[in-house]
Parts: sequence; C-alpha cells; structure tokens
Amino acid sequence: MTPLKERLVQLEVLRYNPDTDTEAHFQRYEVMCQEEWVVLDALNKIKADIDPTLNYRWSCHMAVCGSCGMMINGEPKLSCHAFLRSYEGVIRVEPLAHFPIERDLVTAPDDFMEKLKRVKPYVIPKEEKPISEGEYKQTPAQLMKFRQYSMCINCMLCYAACPQYGLTPSFIGPAALTLAHRYNLDSRDGGRKERMEVVATKEGVWECTFVGACSEVCPAHVDPASALQQLKIVGSIDWIVEHLIPGGKS
Amino acid sequence: MSRKPLVRECPPTTWYFRQPRYLRYMSREITSIFVGAYCVLLVVGLQRLAAGPAAWEGFLLALRSPASIVFQFLCLIAAVYHAATWFNATQKAMPLQIGEDFVPGNVISGAHYAVWILLSLVVMFFAGVF
Amino acid sequence: MRSISTDVVIIGAGGAGLRAAIALAEADPKLRIALVSKVYPMRSHTCAAEGGAAGVIKPDDSFDLHFDDTVGGGDWLSDQDCVEYFIHEAPKELLQLEHWGCPWNREADGSVAVRPFGGMKKKRTWFAADKSGFHILHTLFQTSLQFPSITRHDEFYALDLLVDDGRCQGVTALEMRSGELHQFHARAVIIAGGGAGRMFPFSTNGAIKTGDGMAMAYRAGAPLKDMEFVQYHPTGLPNTGSLLTEACRGEGGILVNKHGRRYLQDYGMGPETPVGQPQLKTMELGPRDRVSQAYWHELQKGNTVTTQWGECVLLDMRHLGEKKINERLPLVRELAEAYLGVDIVKDAVPIRPVVHYMMGGISTNTKAATPLPGLFAAGECACVSLNGANRLGSNSLVELLVFGRRAALSAIEHVQGAPTPNAAALNACAEQTQSRIDDLMSRTDGTESMSGLRREMMDTMEKNVGIYRSEEGLQEGVNKIHELRQRYQRVRLTDKSSVFNTDLFQLLELGSMLDCAEAVTVGALARKESRGAHQRLDYVERDDKNFLCHTMVYHQGLDVPRVDYLDVVITKSPPGVRDYSGDHK
Repeated sequence: MTPLKERLVQLEVLRYNPDTDTEAHFQRYEVMCQEEWVVLDALNKIKADIDPTLNYRWSCHMAVCGSCGMMINGEPKLSCHAFLRSYEGVIRVEPLAHFPIERDLVTAPDDFMEKLKRVKPYVIPKEEKPISEGEYKQTPAQLMKFRQYSMCINCMLCYAACPQYGLTPSFIGPAALTLAHRYNLDSRDGGRKERMEVVATKEGVWECTFVGACSEVCPAHVDPASALQQLKIVGSIDWIVEHLIPGGKS
Repeated sequence: MSRKPLVRECPPTTWYFRQPRYLRYMSREITSIFVGAYCVLLVVGLQRLAAGPAAWEGFLLALRSPASIVFQFLCLIAAVYHAATWFNATQKAMPLQIGEDFVPGNVISGAHYAVWILLSLVVMFFAGVF
Repeated sequence: MRSISTDVVIIGAGGAGLRAAIALAEADPKLRIALVSKVYPMRSHTCAAEGGAAGVIKPDDSFDLHFDDTVGGGDWLSDQDCVEYFIHEAPKELLQLEHWGCPWNREADGSVAVRPFGGMKKKRTWFAADKSGFHILHTLFQTSLQFPSITRHDEFYALDLLVDDGRCQGVTALEMRSGELHQFHARAVIIAGGGAGRMFPFSTNGAIKTGDGMAMAYRAGAPLKDMEFVQYHPTGLPNTGSLLTEACRGEGGILVNKHGRRYLQDYGMGPETPVGQPQLKTMELGPRDRVSQAYWHELQKGNTVTTQWGECVLLDMRHLGEKKINERLPLVRELAEAYLGVDIVKDAVPIRPVVHYMMGGISTNTKAATPLPGLFAAGECACVSLNGANRLGSNSLVELLVFGRRAALSAIEHVQGAPTPNAAALNACAEQTQSRIDDLMSRTDGTESMSGLRREMMDTMEKNVGIYRSEEGLQEGVNKIHELRQRYQRVRLTDKSSVFNTDLFQLLELGSMLDCAEAVTVGALARKESRGAHQRLDYVERDDKNFLCHTMVYHQGLDVPRVDYLDVVITKSPPGVRDYSGDHK
C-alpha cells in the first residue's frame, strides 16, 4: 500500500465580517493536504484545526447540492469539485462574483431565488389528467429533448461567470431562463406562452449577448448558452408570427 | 451587530480584462465594427457608381491605395473570424435531434462551413475567377 | 426576537418537507404554511439519492410482492399496517411526481421505465438515470413555487419545539444571516429534518445531516425509535464515501474480492448468477445489510484488496459497456473518475461499505403522528416503521412522498380541532431558547474544542457501533458518548459574530448528533440479538421471543436515556427466513 501523497497548500481567502469590517480583505492560510483533495477539503481542515471563524457553505461533497460555489483563482467553481492537483502556488478563494457578500465566502442568493420563481419553472399542464389515469406518455426522444436542461443544480456559477448579469443585475440570467426553456420543451407542458411573456423580454433573453461563459463554467453540463440562443429564436418567431403575418397569433 | 451585505461592483469599463474568455468575447464583438465599416464602403461604392464613370474610376483607384488594402485585409480577417464564431454558435442555437440522439455539434457547424465554401465558389464562378 | 404566527410550520425543506408543504397548500389554500430550513431547499440531501424510487406499476408486479420484499427485507421489524398503506400509496405518489414534470426514464412506448434493485423480487424502481433524488427534489421544489400560501424561511436553523398544554405549537429558529431568533407559533408542526449519518466519520451523508430534527423532537419528549439500525450502503468510494448507487448492481455490476471471486455466493446469496444477467433478489441484488456484512467477513478472511485508501472489494461494471453506463449510470462514472481516478468503463472500482441511512428516528404511527400531540414527522428523521431493521434501496424516496403527504393530511386534521395557541406561554418557552443562545454566545470559559469532541464522537461510533457489534464495544460506546455529552456542556465557541456564524451552527449540530448518537448506542446495547442492520457478535441469532419489538428511547436530560419497547404490528406475515438464494433452490 502506497501512502497518500501530502502537500502543503497555501490558500488566500477573502474574509469579510459585517460586525467588524467595512471592506473585505484576504487572509493567508497554510494547511497540509492530501494530494487528491479538493479545495473544500482544505477549507474544512482550516475550519476544524486553524480558524473556526471561517465561513462558507457546503454539504454533499459530490457536486450535486450546489452549495459550495466560489471563485477559485478568479473562476467560478464548486469547491468540492476543484481538485488541488489542478492548482499550483497560492490558491485564491473568493465568494461567488456578482452576489452580495453576507460574510466571508457566503453570498446572498435572494436575487436568483426571486428570478427562478418568475419564470414559472413547473409544468403548466396542456391537459389536466387525474392520477388514476396513469402517466402522461413521453417517449425517450421527447425526454431527451429537454433532459439536459433539467440537470441544473442551481449552483449559480453561471451568474458569477456572466458579465451581463454583473453589469445589468435585472437580467434574469442563465440558469432561470434555461429552466424556463426546459419546461417549454417538455411534452407534458402547455405553459410556453405564459413563460415567454417573462422570458422574451429586455430583462430576459434579449439581455444575453452570448458571451458563452455560463456554459463553460457549468458543472452539470447543462449548456445554458444553448438554451438561451434557442429561446431567442423561439421569441423571434413568435414576434414575426404576431406582428408580420396577417391573422397570426403568437 | 447585524447584516451589512457587501456588494463588489463589476467594473463597467475594464471587466473584460478579468478573464481570457471575456477578451475573446470582446474581440468577437469588435469584429462587427470592421464588418460595419466595410458595409459603409460598399454603400459609398454604389453611390460613386451612380455618380458616373469618372467617379467610379476614382473610387476603384482609391481602393488600390496601400492604406485601403490594409483596411480591406483587416476587414477580411474580421469577417472570417466573425463568420467562424457564428458558425460555431449554430450548434448551440440549432440543435438537431434525430430519434433520441442529437446530431453532434461539429456536424452542424461543419455543415455551415461546407455551405459557406460552396456558396463562395459559386460567387467566385459568377465573378469570373475560374 | 421576532414572532411569526402561522398555521402549520414544517421543519426541513427536502423531499418530505416539500411534499408536505404542497399537500397542505393544495388541500386548503387559506392555510398559512411556514417552511423552515437550514439550507435552501435544493441543497437538501434528497438531491444526493441516485438509484430510484419503488412503486408497483408493471403488470407482472403486485402489491403483495412489494409487501413481502419490504417486510422480509426489514427482517420483520416493519409495522405491517404501515407497509400496507405505503405500497398502495407509492405508485400514486410517483405518478403525481410524473404529472409535476419529474423526468423519469421511459420505455419506448412512453410509459415509465423501471429497473431492478436490491432485495426486490420484481423490477419496480422508477428512475431518472442515476440522479433520481436530485430530480425528485427539484421537481418538488419547483412545483412548490406556484403556491403563494407556502412561505419559505430559507437558512433558518430550527432550535427548540414550543410545547404548551401538552401540545406542540411551534418552534424557535435562528435566522442564519442575521443571527436573530424567530419564534413560529403554529397549530401543528411537521418535522422533516433528515437523518443523522454525520455522527459517523465515513458516510454518504452531506454535512447537513446532523439529526437536528430528531434531536429536537427527542428533547421535547417524543421518543426515538429503533435508532440502533444504521444502514451501511455496500458500495461507497473508499476515500470520500461518495455513494455509488445500488443501480450499479441493478444494471449488472458485480462484486469481487481480491481473488476475483464473486464472494456474495459464500454468504447465503448464491449460487452465482451469470455475469451481465442480474437476477432479482439474489447475489449482487441481495439486501444492503447482507451485502455489507459479507464485506466484513471478507475483511476478516483477508480477501479484500489493499488500496491506498484502505481495504476494499471491487465493483466491476466493465461488461456493461460504455453506452449503457453513459445512459444509466453517468453520475457514477463521473464520481469514480473525478474522486478516485477510475474510469468504470475500463476498470473495476474499489469500494467499501459506508454509513448511509438511519432506519430509526422520531417514533411515528401510520398517520405520521408522533406521541406528542400536534407534532408530526416524515422522511428519514421519522421512524414510521416502514423499513424495519433494514431498508430496501428505493423505498426511502417514496417514503418521503407518501409520509410527507400523510403528515400534511394529519396536520390539517389536527389544526381543525386545535385551539388558538396561548402566545404568552409560547413566548415564555421561546425565551428559554433565547437565553440558551445568549449563554453560548457570551460564554468565555469554554474548555472543550468542538472539532475535538466531534472527532471523538465519530471515532467512537465507527469503532463501537459498526457493521458488527459486541457487548464490550457497545458498553464502551455508551460510556464514551455519555461522557462526550457531559463535556459538550463546556464546549468552546470561538466565533461570537451574529452574521452567518457557522461555528455556532456546527456547535448546535454537534449537540444534535450527540443526542442521536446516545440513542443509537443505548438502543444497540440493549438489543441482545442480531436482526437486519444490527448484528451482534455475541448474540448471532434473531430473537423473536424477546426482541420482535421496537426500541423506544426517551430523553432524560443529561442522564442516560430511558429505553422502552413497543410491539411490532404483524398483520399477515409472521416472522420467517430471509431467503436470497434466488431461484436455484
């Protein structure tokens, strides 16, 4: 049995305590880590052994709960999926960009939560059907049409990566719009029109300039950028049908 | 002792230096200035053509100046880069599902490149290149 | 302190809490519902469930078979009236989720697909690839957004139940971002706070699974039931403990020891079945308790593989092929690749058993009601006695739904007859919580380190309350946990800040875990038999004469808890032999 390799890791963590600080500042920690660890493991060791006052969110340690999003060397990452082996030198850890910092690495996701609700991310049934009549039939092909977009873990890395959201906070943003698209594409759903009233707007997809950063940082391979471009096409066709075709209804 | 959320503003004029991907995005956006400028050039050319043979000859002469050739070369580079980013984007905007599976993205983008080359050849044919 | 008056307060916004909230909102739109959770709903640990959810749906299946599998799987410690109710509600709840948009995998004709699962005689596990829990949670959360009567209080850490006049009438909770204590006055309370697996060092459970809901009810006088039954999942990654779903074996993966032998055949789960053709309810599709115990025996025999992460056996899925793995087990592939550096398409992956689930919890009846009037509980934090001594994989995701809804219906019934809360009495009750927090925050003479106590607790649980247990070890465990609970009274709080003070929350969570750990150790010491997940080296047989009963543990302040027993409800299936030898009789 070969023992696990260890390595002294240096982290520079952004600290902010509203009780005592007016500005955020970096604090340097040195901690012995196993080579195979992730940044979150290093933070946990710091909290347990060095500094109990360091604050951050985490839970599942398997990249599915979406709690532990942070900026690691300037890049939005899940800290449970950011492997120490990928970094050299001092690792800089900051809270997710574009969200207000409550304390240390903890940000306030209120804005995202409000936007998620606005896009009506639930089935608005095409036709009501009682449970006693069984399931809505949905072929594997119909499922595959939207499945990728249902994989969003709401970690908000895409918001931290999106400069449009940073510059124009009223932008509904990648994850929420993608979920709107996910339900629009679901064969059980009949709520596209309602959703497009929120989605095909200035604050909706038309704020997106297709930087594409959202898809590059998405840990769940959702590809929000593709969903938003498709929504633009849908929105455009709706507009053409409504405004340019006599008798056309969106 | 209470909340005091700290907002770190996104710097409105320098944000694109933060990440190489933002710079790539900005360079893509900037190509549109060259594409736009070349359109203006074409409009001016039309206007010169309408003004008579002498004006048109003058215009063609101006096009051959070194500064103009440099400008046109830059426009060509910009237009090609712009087109490439556009074609690469098509796989995201227009996914094609056949049965359960999606056609691979590079096939969709590749098809666009193929059509582009084909159309260019057609244009060149009518322009008498061959 | 802020006061919030509502009709029903739900503690925990995972699968059970969300299902309860939706059921309440649908049943009576005028009902005010407060959904209190220490994390945002989509962070709840339901999201980490992978394999699927069991419900009879296909023509070759029957309720009787699901009943038999569940009761036998639970080694006859399940209450059979509960199982009966559960199996009939299960398909309805899964269909309801389907109607709400859950992306279940499908057959070619568009009907839902089912997969085989351990201990189940038929294919009846509905699944959404290997992210079933994730999709269930998000479907419920997103569906809940359309009900205006559900008011969420995200990131509120619930502390103490408010009990007056013998009835549970609310809860106190700290708003994590402000540190401000809130009291919720309500006519019924539903706890859906999840399990307590983090009392063990090696667990599939997320950081949040610290048994707060269990401990809260326990401290308020409700008994914890069958806490000694702790499920080890047979296949966890040896370094992080991340779960590799039972679906790995359901789809055809095999377990081999260092000699390449499919060792399960040596532990009553054989004879061997052909590789790549998994047969239901035998070999790799045996129940979790038996499969985990087989690992322990292999370890004793020296048949395990020595890796840099310790002793392991191998889970081999190579014969499934890349296409099937990508379609059915994409998350498993990703997890093994990322955290262990093993591509399951090309190599067998080393695994070992890992603490996964608490069969025990707050004692509830089939109506999801606890013995404390006004208090209901559902999900992993509850012990409704569906799972008995060993839960079958894919029953718990359905349990969330069935008993989450059931708790809501019972709460509505209770609310209709309940008198208006006596605000003054509840205020007085809440003041006690406030002074507890104030004491902690102003304490300057703390001598015990929190992370030190936590480590000692985890080490104790792993050493003494593992897969196989003994009188000596359990006695040591009881003594040690009792000692830790006393030392916890002198624990040091370093961070005194009011805003998002995770030092404080970890300290409170440690208190919850210690309470739960004591119930586990005391219950295990008292149960002098081997049944399901509770295996004693000194009492190797099941003892139906003395122990066909539920362990009920009552909180006694800082003293050792009181243990009592409650009869198991047997309706039609008398205790029998658990047979996992397949069709090769």
